[in-house]
Amino acid sequence: MPQYIALKDSHRETRVYSARTITAIAIVFGLLSIILGRYYSLQITHFDTYRTQSDRNRVQLQPLPPRRGLIYDRNGVLLADNRPSYILSVVRERVNDLDTTLAELQTMLPISESDLDNFQKKLKRSRPYEAVPLRFRLTEEERAQLAVNRHNLPGVVVDAQLLRHYPHGVLFSHALGYVGRINEQETWDLDETDYRGTFHIGKVGVEKFYEDTLHGTVGYQNVETNAHGRVLRVLERFDPVPGADLKLHLDIRLQKTAYEALGEQRGAVVAIDPATGGILALVSTPGFDTNLFVNGISSVQYSALRDSPDVPLFNRAVQGQYPPGSTVKPIMGMAGLESGLVTPETTVADPGWYRLPGDSRRYRDWILKIRGTGHAPQVALNMAIAESCDVYFYDLARRLTIDRMYDYMHPYGLGERTGVDTTNERRGVLPSTRWKREAMAQPWYPGETLSAGIGQGYMLTTPMQLAVATNVLATRGELRQPRLVSQVDGEPVAAPLIGQVEARPENWDSVHQAMRAVVHGERGSARKIAKGIQYEVAGKTGTAQVIGIAQNAVYREEDVAERHRNHGLFIAFAPLQAPTIAIAVIVENGGGSSAAYPIAREVMDTWLIGDESAG
Amino acid sequence: MSDYVRQLPHGSSDLARPPSTASRFHIDVPLLVLLLTLTALGLTVLYSGSGSDAGAVVRQGRYFLVGYVVMIVAAQIRLAQYMRWAPWFYLVGIGLLVAVIFVGVGAKGAQRWLSLGGFRFQPSEILKLVVPMTVAWFLAERILPPRFQYILGSLVIIGIPAALILKQPDLGTALLIAASGMFVVFMAGIGWRYILGAVVLAGASMWPAWMFVLKDYQKQRILTLLNPESDKLGAGWNIIQSKTAIGSGGWAGKGWTQGTQSQLDFLPESHTDFIIAVLAEEFGLRGVLLLLSLYILILLRGFWIGLRAQTSYGRMLAGSLTLTFFVYIFVNMGMVAGLLPVVGVPLPLVSAGGTSVVTLMAGFGLLMAVATERRAVGTG
Repeated sequence: MPQYIALKDSHRETRVYSARTITAIAIVFGLLSIILGRYYSLQITHFDTYRTQSDRNRVQLQPLPPRRGLIYDRNGVLLADNRPSYILSVVRERVNDLDTTLAELQTMLPISESDLDNFQKKLKRSRPYEAVPLRFRLTEEERAQLAVNRHNLPGVVVDAQLLRHYPHGVLFSHALGYVGRINEQETWDLDETDYRGTFHIGKVGVEKFYEDTLHGTVGYQNVETNAHGRVLRVLERFDPVPGADLKLHLDIRLQKTAYEALGEQRGAVVAIDPATGGILALVSTPGFDTNLFVNGISSVQYSALRDSPDVPLFNRAVQGQYPPGSTVKPIMGMAGLESGLVTPETTVADPGWYRLPGDSRRYRDWILKIRGTGHAPQVALNMAIAESCDVYFYDLARRLTIDRMYDYMHPYGLGERTGVDTTNERRGVLPSTRWKREAMAQPWYPGETLSAGIGQGYMLTTPMQLAVATNVLATRGELRQPRLVSQVDGEPVAAPLIGQVEARPENWDSVHQAMRAVVHGERGSARKIAKGIQYEVAGKTGTAQVIGIAQNAVYREEDVAERHRNHGLFIAFAPLQAPTIAIAVIVENGGGSSAAYPIAREVMDTWLIGDESAG
Repeated sequence: MSDYVRQLPHGSSDLARPPSTASRFHIDVPLLVLLLTLTALGLTVLYSGSGSDAGAVVRQGRYFLVGYVVMIVAAQIRLAQYMRWAPWFYLVGIGLLVAVIFVGVGAKGAQRWLSLGGFRFQPSEILKLVVPMTVAWFLAERILPPRFQYILGSLVIIGIPAALILKQPDLGTALLIAASGMFVVFMAGIGWRYILGAVVLAGASMWPAWMFVLKDYQKQRILTLLNPESDKLGAGWNIIQSKTAIGSGGWAGKGWTQGTQSQLDFLPESHTDFIIAVLAEEFGLRGVLLLLSLYILILLRGFWIGLRAQTSYGRMLAGSLTLTFFVYIFVNMGMVAGLLPVVGVPLPLVSAGGTSVVTLMAGFGLLMAVATERRAVGTG
């Protein structure tokens, strides 16, 4: 060491080192100034930007879906409620790899193609960090399976949500309709804000018609979340406003009676309370379990329902259009009396057939086939309705002409939608020369007037229209828009009076008496139901020839005959003096009205007498 | 002042002023006070950064305890001794690095550790001290500023471990170790023309380095730095979140343990490499200034020790250790604030982790050895 010291210039070294130290300190301060400048820029200059970003990071606005309104029958029986159900959702931003996660989930629980499909569609429209539902209605085991694997599945969330449930699924399938998952088409029409967090929407029926009322108003909460999306605390909360509860006019006892009375047959029953216009019963058979639709029906189940020749998804009560047959005769009678063309005493000769002047064709009365002759040599209005004489109404129709028939029948609500508070209602057909010109570009032929006079030919009505028209007869002229819903959150809903048929009281009396004779008369066409009856009924039978029903149906060979049988119809109101129920029944291919009137009797018994006689 | 001390006869200084406890144990009191203050601040921030985990603070406290013991022990050894040992340390260090290649254990695609009976350690940490020690040893006996061949010799000494560490691969540590060796050469007074030449050469080698040397993940870090928005949820996430944490702290901060970014797990690595963001978020720019002031005082004390060192060896070592400490600060604070690519460099004495604390404290032990060896050198 000493020998080197002589060679080293210690002073020079110190001088150089000092210079280097100063240089180093200068560089250090220079670089630290850059760092400090950066922190100053972040913390002071851009403070607002980063504070906002930090708040946005931790604070999440979460929608709080409102509870859907409940639906009760008139007795307070719950028809549609909400039950907690577990939903599996995925937050895309939190999963490491979406495909892997989905594949992993599929090993744990069944996820159908349509689930995946829906998920992918919703994913496209979701906001960042939004939980997108993948599977609904998880079972206990599935939830346990997911809970065990939770740490392996970041971004996978299991949430409880209230889900629609129909305790009496089949019984009210067509009366209530159902909710289903919001599809892509619907998302475009919806208020995006209001449906944040809501996955279901009314698809048909009351559920759809009253969607806005039932849905409620969405709420929000500002929550502080950590980077994993876990909610740590709620900063601010705006509670959702639950949807309004609906009380229906429907009576579950009548529904049950009508449904059971129809049994295996295809048909519809609509009953209206004349005092309010409220619908007491609305049944269309076959029904289906509406609960199937709430969470996305499987395609197998759906095709089974869609392709069934019985078309169970078809709401016959408002969509089914049938020739009313002889059930129009009371209205025709009113038209005859009001027009002055007939009086109750006016008679028509009835050989069992009718012939237009200057035409050799015979228009036969249905009785000709049975008796070989008419109802009586001379038939007046009472007998014409009670025994359903065609010849009398052929003659009346000819004298009225089709356009005046239209004028007299239209105020009963025929040929127009009744405006009932449900969906998919059809308007039927009330023919006129103008209608035929517009619809078919053809002139009206006189023979067609005769068919129209007995409710055949072009004339088509829905069971709902028939019930409404019957109600006009029962109330002596009040045309009301029928209503399924009686109260929204306790507030009464009126069935608006939309028309009034002006007629002389004695004419109402005449027709009412004739309709009474249908049931209570010795030769009344529905006299079979008079047995043991405890109240007076005014009714009218009807038989509608089957020209062809639902076009898309595929008939099996052995079904053909059955499906060409006539439809049986019956309309009635009771009690005669102060009606509290007006009813229309149709049984498809029932053969004749005898298939329909026992059903009406059972429903009326249930309503007017009570449960004990219902069976 | 120093001349005065040197001229005093050996015996009379002891008689004139009895040595204080501090000087008897070779402790540099100002440096110790600064380090203790920094330790206290570090543990405070760490408590918050680890999510109010007292256990993490106790654990880190234990590391500090070990660190201070290592520092004091390191300060007792005479500098001449270190100089004698330097080449042997160096050879052992190289041996360990070679061993890492063959029997090392690794994680995340890098092989950096040696496992000895359940105790894992990173040989590259030792090299952070050994390389400057060795370069200083190599140059201390030459005429300074060093001639060209000695510069080349230094580069070889630096290059071998740097290359071995780069191979692990650990770019951050390799660069840090290379820098610590280069600082010795710089402090030795290497001519500016060499420095300029090196800068030009470095600039020219950027393209081949990008093409052939850098691994994909390293390139990704650089790309992410240039445009963090390009990969918001991947590599860019860390930088975006740390910038947000820092920026949202403002001047006064959100308050201790009140930082939403760090407490709600938005900030990654909040108790280790990104802990400065916790400090910035919760204590604001005020806190950053406080920390930076402490660091600057430590740096100045380090430079002061270097200036007052009596041998070339002590001078160069002190200068290099101080500058290396600065590099830690600069790289860490720069990367968290989005100025530099994310390399695994902790915030010295604040980030959680035992290895870096022990290495850094050993370095400060060396500094104290330099600071308190004056008399011994003077009589030698």
